[in-house]
Amino acid sequence: MKSAVLVFPGINRERDMARAFREVTGVEPIMVWHTETELPDVDVVAVPGGFSYGDYLRCGAIAARSPIIPALRAHAAAGRHVLGVCNGFQILTETGLLPGALMRNASLRFVCKEVRLRVDNAATAFTSAYAPGQVIRCPIAHGEGNYFADPETLAELEGEGRVVFRYCDAEGRITEAANPNGAVDGIAGIVNAAGNVLGMMPHPENLIEALQGGLDGRGIFESLARAA
Amino acid sequence: MKARVTVTLKHGVLDPQGKAIQGALKSLGFAGVDDVRQGKLIELELATADRAEAQAQLTDMCEKLLANTVIENYRIELI
Repeated sequence: MKSAVLVFPGINRERDMARAFREVTGVEPIMVWHTETELPDVDVVAVPGGFSYGDYLRCGAIAARSPIIPALRAHAAAGRHVLGVCNGFQILTETGLLPGALMRNASLRFVCKEVRLRVDNAATAFTSAYAPGQVIRCPIAHGEGNYFADPETLAELEGEGRVVFRYCDAEGRITEAANPNGAVDGIAGIVNAAGNVLGMMPHPENLIEALQGGLDGRGIFESLARAA
Repeated sequence: MKARVTVTLKHGVLDPQGKAIQGALKSLGFAGVDDVRQGKLIELELATADRAEAQAQLTDMCEKLLANTVIENYRIELI
């Protein structure tokens, strides 16, 4: 499977993302600077986490208007896969490739810890390596991960099974205590209507080898490799 | 021409920052603050002197970048 990782000024998780692709798929991803206007011929484009443009104006707002974005749109429109993590998720909502918005955490605090996620849709190209309803561990590190969408959009997401990950407790229950940022209905990750663009706040790329304390994040990359 | 764009959160969108400000005002002894909503003020200086053209440019800017219309409203003032 061939992959590319977009790099914007202020992004800081691009090497973690590249390492995850390399470790799991055995192929070195191509790093693509934001001023490029063409993408290499790859199966997956990852939009990594960090603080593009210092989160100025809104998280991901400036990056979403970068020269590389039309090529990203074309890649998605062609049905190829796009994985946005953390700031990458924020960038994807700002481009309109994913619905809704990521707002300031309800606690107003930056939250850096490990959470549990429930895989609510294991039939996507990003989650086929997991079992439906499986509870996985995943690190989070964000100040603005409070997912918001209007009621019509939420009904559409729920009705079409497009909520892929939800914050949960160890038993898979969706509770207020297990929700780290106030996201509506505990939403941690969603896909677009076509199912080829995934955005999620947690960092699966940071739980892919024993040294990191677990392998729960590998499933995303294994699923993508299968789908390619 | 100078312009001012005010971006505010839509009604129904929770504003935790506004809530924190409200709490701080209360702790300072300011009673009777029923609600606080925080927004952004963006000041621009435009080359054009034509008000209609400025209005059209600013609307385009708001729709494309300055506001996220999923969660925010914007108001344009020409000064």
